[in-house]
Amino acid sequence: MAEQSLAQLPITAASGPLSKAVRRSEGVVIPIAALLCGLLAFSLFLLVVGKSPIEFYQLIYKAGFGTAFSWQNTLSRSAPLLLAALCVALPARLGLVIIGGEGAIVLGGVATGACASLLMNAPALLAIPTMMAAGALAGAVWIGAVGAMRHYRGVNETISSLLMAYIAIAIMNQLVEGPLRDPASLNKPSTLPLAEHLRVGSLPGMDVHWGLAAGIIACVFSWILIEKTSWGFAARIAGGNVRAAQIQGLPVGKLIVGFTALGGAFGGLAGMFEVSAVQGAANASIAAGFGYTGILIAFLARQNPLAIIPVAILLGGIEASSGLIQRRMDLPDATVLVMQGFIFIAILISETFYGKLRIFDPDGWRS
Amino acid sequence: MTGDKVKADDAIGIETVGMTMQFGNFTALDDVSIKVKPGSFHALLGENGAGKSTLVKCIMGFYHATKGQLMVNNHEVEIPDPRAAHAIGLGMVYQHFTLVPSLTAAENLVISRDDAPAIIDWRKEREALADFLNTMPFKVPLDQPVMSLAAGEKQKLEILKQLYLGRRFLILDEPTSVLTPAEADEVLGLVRNLCKAGKISVLMISHKFREVTMFADEVSVLRRGVMVGGGKVSDLSTDQMASMMVGADLPERNSDRTGSPGHKILSVSGIRAIDRSGLKSIEIDKLDVCAGEIVGIAGISGNGQMELMEILNGQRKYSEGSISIKGLSYSATRTEARELCVRVLPEEPLRNACVANMTVAENIGFRYFDVKNGGSTRFWINNREIRNRAADLVSAFKVKTTSLDSLISSLSGGNVQRAVLARELTGQVDLLVISNPCFGLDFSAVAEIRSRIITARNSGSAVLLMSEDLDEILELSDRIIVMSEGRLAYETLAAQADVGEIGRYMAGHHA
Repeated sequence: MAEQSLAQLPITAASGPLSKAVRRSEGVVIPIAALLCGLLAFSLFLLVVGKSPIEFYQLIYKAGFGTAFSWQNTLSRSAPLLLAALCVALPARLGLVIIGGEGAIVLGGVATGACASLLMNAPALLAIPTMMAAGALAGAVWIGAVGAMRHYRGVNETISSLLMAYIAIAIMNQLVEGPLRDPASLNKPSTLPLAEHLRVGSLPGMDVHWGLAAGIIACVFSWILIEKTSWGFAARIAGGNVRAAQIQGLPVGKLIVGFTALGGAFGGLAGMFEVSAVQGAANASIAAGFGYTGILIAFLARQNPLAIIPVAILLGGIEASSGLIQRRMDLPDATVLVMQGFIFIAILISETFYGKLRIFDPDGWRS
Repeated sequence: MTGDKVKADDAIGIETVGMTMQFGNFTALDDVSIKVKPGSFHALLGENGAGKSTLVKCIMGFYHATKGQLMVNNHEVEIPDPRAAHAIGLGMVYQHFTLVPSLTAAENLVISRDDAPAIIDWRKEREALADFLNTMPFKVPLDQPVMSLAAGEKQKLEILKQLYLGRRFLILDEPTSVLTPAEADEVLGLVRNLCKAGKISVLMISHKFREVTMFADEVSVLRRGVMVGGGKVSDLSTDQMASMMVGADLPERNSDRTGSPGHKILSVSGIRAIDRSGLKSIEIDKLDVCAGEIVGIAGISGNGQMELMEILNGQRKYSEGSISIKGLSYSATRTEARELCVRVLPEEPLRNACVANMTVAENIGFRYFDVKNGGSTRFWINNREIRNRAADLVSAFKVKTTSLDSLISSLSGGNVQRAVLARELTGQVDLLVISNPCFGLDFSAVAEIRSRIITARNSGSAVLLMSEDLDEILELSDRIIVMSEGRLAYETLAAQADVGEIGRYMAGHHA
């Protein structure tokens, strides 16, 4: 009997385009549903504190996406978020939960500031790529070290990356208040302001700096790396099952260090653009929590680099609206953080539903 | 319940009457009757999968036997759950410790009580514990955290805990597997004295003849869920126990084999490594496998087979020795494995050889996603080619899947193993390293997978087969090596194999 059922071979209707689409939709429908649930729960919170959720969401729309100006504001804020989210998503594909991207951003910014002070008189064509390389390198070393500690010494990467973020901030404070301090910066210790020709300008025709383009290119690059190259395929094997990767002889350690370092490099690049395009000098303002928002974005995007682009823009818009919400609704600006927290909890809960819902499994429909 | 009929301080005797346990179509226990008299030390022998664990789980109420009764002190009892077993004085000591490492012995004892008060009066409890310990023939330090105790002390504490909880019939599940031989002798000696004093009766699951002959009064032997023999240990020789345990007759050897062994492929020499527990060493002095032969490594699980597999796959470091394949040093990198044509079938393929959340096609593609047809490495993967090759392999190896895009984890165990076979047996295979290939699979999948292994052998692959199923080893191997305590203890040609001899070495009875 077993032979008979083996003979009538397997591949049936469930491999058609519909079931393919259904399979893929799981990764889109569940996070969107989780996002909506998080917003719903946050609405209840607003009602409890006596504010109108409808007005709140209207203001987010208006301040984040309502006008050309608000779009530019949103996109400027999205630029570091794109890169910060990659710093979470790339290691996550290898099974590492890194939450200390803030450290890479901060050190990337400091390295940029230091580099710019040294190259003050160099031509932009030489200095700006050097600053980018320095920022990326600082981040790569920082997060790559987290990956190396994880693989070779078994140190928990989540905790070590978070602690290293605090160390990074302390290092930055030490440097900008000490050896790198601009004597003219009195209230807010900073590195020397960047020479005018070293400041990264805006994209043609927009009031949004080049960091946005860099972030989008980095996302596309990361997606191609993971989905289209043999390194990415190997990383997916190692991230899915280390034992299987070892049996296949894959260099698990190199993959882990390589992907964490690449994630860190993107984090460092976020710091570089914050310093060279927004702040104009490295100081405490670059530790603005982009690294933490990046965690939320990466999880909402299911660690998919292409999905990071729209999610980062959405979160950028939400952050852009916090000022207006504060003024119009008389809510503290931390309210937006409360909302992010609600969304994050909903996303974490939604992780438990993958593979459990029969509607997304065409194989299970008939039974 | 009959708990009230049991006098608190006396050993309890138990008896299983015609106990049968079925899981679906599979009969794990078939009409097993075992009697453990009050105050006796009874050993339960059997290979992996013989039904020992199933039997004790039925006694303890984890499983409900399909048929048969349990008698406790000659009264029939129903055990709906482990709590009920505890209430009438049946207790179990597991292979691995169940103590809380950060708490002291005294704290562990008190919190393990069902009636531990919400607020513990430690002074009173300590006095009660001291009184209790005075009645015991052995002591453990009460005030040190359990994690600072040696393994032997922990096992003594586990046994004390059972006595403290009023258990008078103890099941010991391989109680010495984490102990050194000296510790094992001490603990089992104490247990034996408690039995002699009439305080407890013991049913001990064991693989080790030495322990059975030294400490047990009686023995029962299970094989494939059937009680195949037993009696007073003093009346039985180890030879008799060995032949009961592994079966007296040889299973039919697979007759499809053709050709004879060729030149040497795998050569392992002088390997020294530490085992999984970190306590014992793995010492492989010499192991060669030639082209066109299957070398079977037999042994009870936990004797170093898993570690040997890990050493060969580069997952475990070794301090000395060397591994070479076709005369070239081998450290299990992807390039080496590809150039020397080494393939691996680990046990539990879904857990060890697949990525559960990748598709069937991707999982089958693990060996070739980064190589072109010509053999040069490729940087850009070609999803269409991965799918096409997977489609061919799926039909050639009869993998039953609804689609190539289904997740590998949605397949049945036999089909996961077929998919892994399809991946590992395609292309030139000079060395095939296999561990428990048929564990948990149904009959038809087993036959098919074994015939694929024979086919690989006939076409010139050197096959190293590690299996806990001795029949599988006997059926497939050309040469059989017994692994025991991390060493290769015995070697014989399969055609001349003496099963009793193999069984003795498996049970650690050297020389």
